[in-house]
Amino acid sequence: MVQRISREEVAHVARLAQLALSEDELDSFTSQLAAVLDHAADLEALNVDDVEPSTHPFPLKNILRSDEPSEGFEIEEVLEVAPEVEEGQFRVPPILGESS
Amino acid sequence: MVKILNSLDIKGWETVIGLEVHAELATKTKMFSSALNSFGGEPNSNTDPVSLGLPGSLPVLNEKAVELAIRVGLALNCQVQKSVFARKNYFYPDMPKAYQISQFDLPINKEGWLELPDGRRIGIERAHLEEDTGKITHIGGGGRIHEASYSLIDYNRSGVPLIEIVGAPELRGPDDARDYVSELRSILVTIGASDGKMEEGSLRVDCNVSVRRDGTEELGTRCEIKNINSLRSLGRAIEYEAKRQIEIIESGQEIEQQTRHWDEAEGRTHKLRSKEEAFDYRYFPEPDLVPVEPSEEWIKEIANSLPPLPRDRRHLLAEAIGVEPTETSLIVERDLDTFALQAISSNADKNRVLVHLENNLADGIGKLTPEAFASLTVMETNGELTATQTKRVLADLVESGGDPQGIAKSHGFESMDNSELEEIVERIISENSDDWLSYINGDETERKKKSGFFVGLIMKETSGQADGKIVNQILSAKAEN
Repeated sequence: MVQRISREEVAHVARLAQLALSEDELDSFTSQLAAVLDHAADLEALNVDDVEPSTHPFPLKNILRSDEPSEGFEIEEVLEVAPEVEEGQFRVPPILGESS
Repeated sequence: MVKILNSLDIKGWETVIGLEVHAELATKTKMFSSALNSFGGEPNSNTDPVSLGLPGSLPVLNEKAVELAIRVGLALNCQVQKSVFARKNYFYPDMPKAYQISQFDLPINKEGWLELPDGRRIGIERAHLEEDTGKITHIGGGGRIHEASYSLIDYNRSGVPLIEIVGAPELRGPDDARDYVSELRSILVTIGASDGKMEEGSLRVDCNVSVRRDGTEELGTRCEIKNINSLRSLGRAIEYEAKRQIEIIESGQEIEQQTRHWDEAEGRTHKLRSKEEAFDYRYFPEPDLVPVEPSEEWIKEIANSLPPLPRDRRHLLAEAIGVEPTETSLIVERDLDTFALQAISSNADKNRVLVHLENNLADGIGKLTPEAFASLTVMETNGELTATQTKRVLADLVESGGDPQGIAKSHGFESMDNSELEEIVERIISENSDDWLSYINGDETERKKKSGFFVGLIMKETSGQADGKIVNQILSAKAEN
């Protein structure tokens, strides 16, 4: 059987998820992910012509709340979790991945 | 680096533009939580676990945001449909949970159109709901993204409900693009969906630009321009970008598909990223939210609550005046159509009504009411007031309101008896016989000059009560004899 996912694809997905994987990890995740995809592929054997596409396991829709405000966080509470603070804002390193 | 020549000839080329407009919806609270949706507060003062993406927090959809999105869809002639939220995954500090909740393959509104003031219909591909991100300020490098030394983030905007309106690539130049955005803004404001303030970022425009040679059908490779903050920048950015692309193609190179950043100060676009570096968002259905399927009754109820749209108002007024809808766009844009309709239905002269609304109310209506405007223009139409007098009374009505008849009277504006006027004309002629001779014997230019001279004197003599048109009639009748 053809491998369902390549090592390069796994490396790509890892990079998108900002994960640094070692060479060994790449190998083992490639085979693990391939196994997951194999399992999902079993579904292809089923005839699902009469089945409504589903995006959610529960048959619910239109769960809405009314547009009423309630108390949020105090600014001090919020900034406590910031790595660095300047002028009441979160200070972060220059944005990566942008080039001039 | 491509050097852009201002004189670059863009004849023989067509610019193709498609716009993606993000508008913040006018709700009290955020899209998925009850923190306040408000502009201009102290940084990070309107947050809660959901807008900060804290672990374990769960989104619950704001009913008002859905209602406003449906209003937008209906106003843009879209089909409102069952929709599903999706996660758009990316790492960027404006989005602390590392994904934005948006809609992907099942947007709440699809396939509509917007009519430009000139009557052309521009396709709307979709108008979907999504949450706004935090606001990043780049510090250092003159505030430019690519030279910043660090960034500051305010999460007040994180989770504010947005509608993203994706237009078809059917606009053909800077003027088209500006017309489209201002029409769209006026629709959004009219239906109460958004305050439409570009300067506060509640209306933001991303602009896809490509060029092709005149007469060709195939679309060129496009670039997407971000960071456009005003209608003026929109026009400038498109002009710059079209010239840049034409110059590249004419020098024998190819356009690379890119996202570019408009720099208002430099008046140019900078490359942000190429197609290869484009984000791979790995959309998938948002497991924390269930589908939204508005009932027929709800959609109907919303449709019935929509006020008349700018387009309907242009058409209604055009029909009342008997002109093309394009000729009424200025009046509707200034919100003066109720004034026009009331005056016309009171039998005021249509042309005079248009002249006053278009030329004499440029600084706003002040205390003028449609009723006062109607009775004033009727007085002018019936010859009770001259054009100059009407303008004067109109200015008073704008300034302090009141009754046009009373104001006219207080100025002593009463229509002048023609025989009385004739006497004054004769007296002025005899007092200025040399000028009168040049009026009679002069060529057309001379006669025009002298007619201005006489009308001026007579106006002075009558304190502006004489009708200039009638004075001219008397003058030329006397010259014939």
